[in-house]
Amino acid sequence: MAAIMIPPANSRLLLSGNEAVARAVWESGCRVAAAYPGTPSTEMLEVISTYPDIYSEWSVNEKVSLEVAIGAAFAGSRSFCCMKHVGMNVASDALMTLTLTGVVGGLVIAIADDVGLSSSQNEQDSRYWGRFAHLPVLEPADSQEAYEMTKLGFDFSEKFQVPVILRMTTRINHVKALVTVGERVAHAAAGFKKEPARWVMTPAGAGKRIPLMFERDKVLRAESEASSLNLIDGGLDKRVGFVASGPAWMHVRESFPDAPVLKLGFSCPIPLEKIRAFAATVEKLVVVEEVEPLVESELKAAGIACIGKEILPRQGELAPNVLKPAIARLLGDPVPESIAAPAQVFPRPPTMCVACPHLGVYYTLAQIKNITIAGDIGCYTLGAGHPWNALDTTISMGASMGIALGLDKGRGESDKDKRIVAVIGDSTFLHMGMQGLLDIVYNGGNVTVLLLDNRAVGMTGGQPNPGTGRDIHGADAPRVDFAKLVESLGVKKERIHVVDPYQLPVLFKTIRDEIKIPSVSVIITDQPCVLVDDYKKQKPYEVLDDKCTGCGNCVDVGCPAIHVTRREKAVKPSGKEVELQFVRIETTVCTGCGLCVQPCAPDAIVHADLTKPMRLVRH
Amino acid sequence: MSDQNITNILVVGIGGQGVMTATEILAEAAIALGHDAKKTEVAGMAQRGGVVSSHLRFGSKVLSPQIMAGTADLLVGFESAESLRWCHYLRPGGLVLMNTARLVPPVVDLGLYDYPDDPLAEIRARDYRVHAFDAMAIALELGDVRLGNTVMLGAMADHLPFPAEVLLDSILKRFGARKPHMVEANRKAFEAGREAEKATDTATSHKKELETA
Repeated sequence: MAAIMIPPANSRLLLSGNEAVARAVWESGCRVAAAYPGTPSTEMLEVISTYPDIYSEWSVNEKVSLEVAIGAAFAGSRSFCCMKHVGMNVASDALMTLTLTGVVGGLVIAIADDVGLSSSQNEQDSRYWGRFAHLPVLEPADSQEAYEMTKLGFDFSEKFQVPVILRMTTRINHVKALVTVGERVAHAAAGFKKEPARWVMTPAGAGKRIPLMFERDKVLRAESEASSLNLIDGGLDKRVGFVASGPAWMHVRESFPDAPVLKLGFSCPIPLEKIRAFAATVEKLVVVEEVEPLVESELKAAGIACIGKEILPRQGELAPNVLKPAIARLLGDPVPESIAAPAQVFPRPPTMCVACPHLGVYYTLAQIKNITIAGDIGCYTLGAGHPWNALDTTISMGASMGIALGLDKGRGESDKDKRIVAVIGDSTFLHMGMQGLLDIVYNGGNVTVLLLDNRAVGMTGGQPNPGTGRDIHGADAPRVDFAKLVESLGVKKERIHVVDPYQLPVLFKTIRDEIKIPSVSVIITDQPCVLVDDYKKQKPYEVLDDKCTGCGNCVDVGCPAIHVTRREKAVKPSGKEVELQFVRIETTVCTGCGLCVQPCAPDAIVHADLTKPMRLVRH
Repeated sequence: MSDQNITNILVVGIGGQGVMTATEILAEAAIALGHDAKKTEVAGMAQRGGVVSSHLRFGSKVLSPQIMAGTADLLVGFESAESLRWCHYLRPGGLVLMNTARLVPPVVDLGLYDYPDDPLAEIRARDYRVHAFDAMAIALELGDVRLGNTVMLGAMADHLPFPAEVLLDSILKRFGARKPHMVEANRKAFEAGREAEKATDTATSHKKELETA
């Protein structure tokens, strides 16, 4: 991204939670920021990269990004790292020992929980990491708080030499709200001081640090008890008092304007005594927390009577439409009337883009019988959907490799002739797939790996990675040669093929040939994501109505520019009844990739006559 | 349900139509008039042609960013079936500004689901007020399908609790900064949308109702 004009201090800006954090990171004099893209966290680092005076990088994965931030903090710089919830699963190995060393320069780790699963493979509660790793957790409720807590997080981190977790959720990261911003204050790096007893965590060294961590817990708990971030907002209706944090607090405040509420901004360690005193002032105490009953369990363990997940869901957002009826039932009040039922409308699942290079891959895989396909995390996960139905597993970043090997080694009698295919994107391969491929090679797996290199982290918006040839600022950077990389991991040279995914016959033959060979093969596709600059649009196509025979082969490609305009029943000479699908191509969005042209038997798809007015498909 | 001083506007469509940008421009206009505002959507995978619903709430002080079903003052539908999908978010008797253009997803082309025959009639049957027009055709006439979101903003202009000019300023300011060559085209698109909306069969200004909503 290009450098931006930086609005001056005291400006009131409409900022997303992510943009607000980025501004605060810059104002805090942070010197190093690192991340791997992941919805809903991506824009934090994307925006940070537009500010001056901060080194920022897309790291290959979240663990490396945290390690970069740790190193910078050891060097005495303020540093920042952000990730989506599942990213911390990857980074946690570093986190769990970082808690023993602590930091010199302030370190803030923002974790974005995708509450409501807008774009994730699971729903996790990152507040657990605060408990697990004995670290303080701050929970903003909107953009202004995200901004303030980030700044406070750096001060706090330095004061107590402890990394601070900023727990966000989609409803913070992606909500735009007004933020009043301030001045930047530079913080020079203190410099790295050799101190093996602190920075070298051998068993003996770590053993001495653990009691210090427990001491720190006590200090943090006292801070939490006294913190103004844990605020009691009185209310006259004392039938129910609420303990709430994050966006759930906004929903509570909106839904029950007269209720007393204890807002947890500094939610780990919890201010037990403050909550105990608050509980004594209300008839019933309800804990409103997204996702897991963490605070609730701790209160119950401490003998503080409260209600939580008995009446509230453990999944998804706790918005007013969830809260109001639950509390009405608790109080025996009339339950608010349900609103008009939604209309029944077809689902509109995400699709691959028009001309996406993955379309050719899945069109081909859908034609091949007797294969099991281990998938991975990225746009190509959509291959599990219609019309391809050509992806059988998705677990976590890079998992396609190990799972494919396990499917191979663990195959039962009924699967003995099955071919095992793994599908993984370039960025996911570099993130966590390389090790899995090495494992397949080392252990003699019989897996055909499709490495879909589209030179971008596609699903999160086309960010660069080491396979792109550009850095976070768009400047030239070394570019991984995937063929050489997989060869050096031990894949035989003759088992490595680089193919153009728009050349369907070549792609089909290559995949069909390789799955028959009982060893590991890697087929690399080499065309860029259509959303990045490397993609070059070509002349669009249209369908000649009088030539279209309704065979529907082009529909199986799955390109969203192809629309069925009419269906007809027909009887084949064999007596079999078939449904014909006559099609049109939406020329305004077609970029001429030619995938649909190849399976079209009657040559009905031709370059569009652009002298005619543009037509939109009408049904 | 909602605070008496809060205006709730729900803008819906599909990824790539400019729904989020349009709502942001609307938010900027509200802020320019001194309102507090929050805008939210869940659009993680919306770039892939999924459903986008963008919530805008503005007024003296906005807490929750989400509009609850049954409380929206105005629904702006960038696509026909999407307008139907979200119309229950309106308060009883609320107003729909609706692009009648149909964007058919692959699941319908594959024959797995049907596109509703007449979304407009279904919305009307629920006793909402609807102003419907083909924003996509208007944008194409103006030479660029991407002007569709400005056409929709123009259509909203006479149904907001503030003058149309504030919204137009907000649009032109954005394009002036980012795409100066698009300023004129967007001004035309705004006016065309405003005219098209006025010409709809039940066109009357509901501005007063919104102000007191």
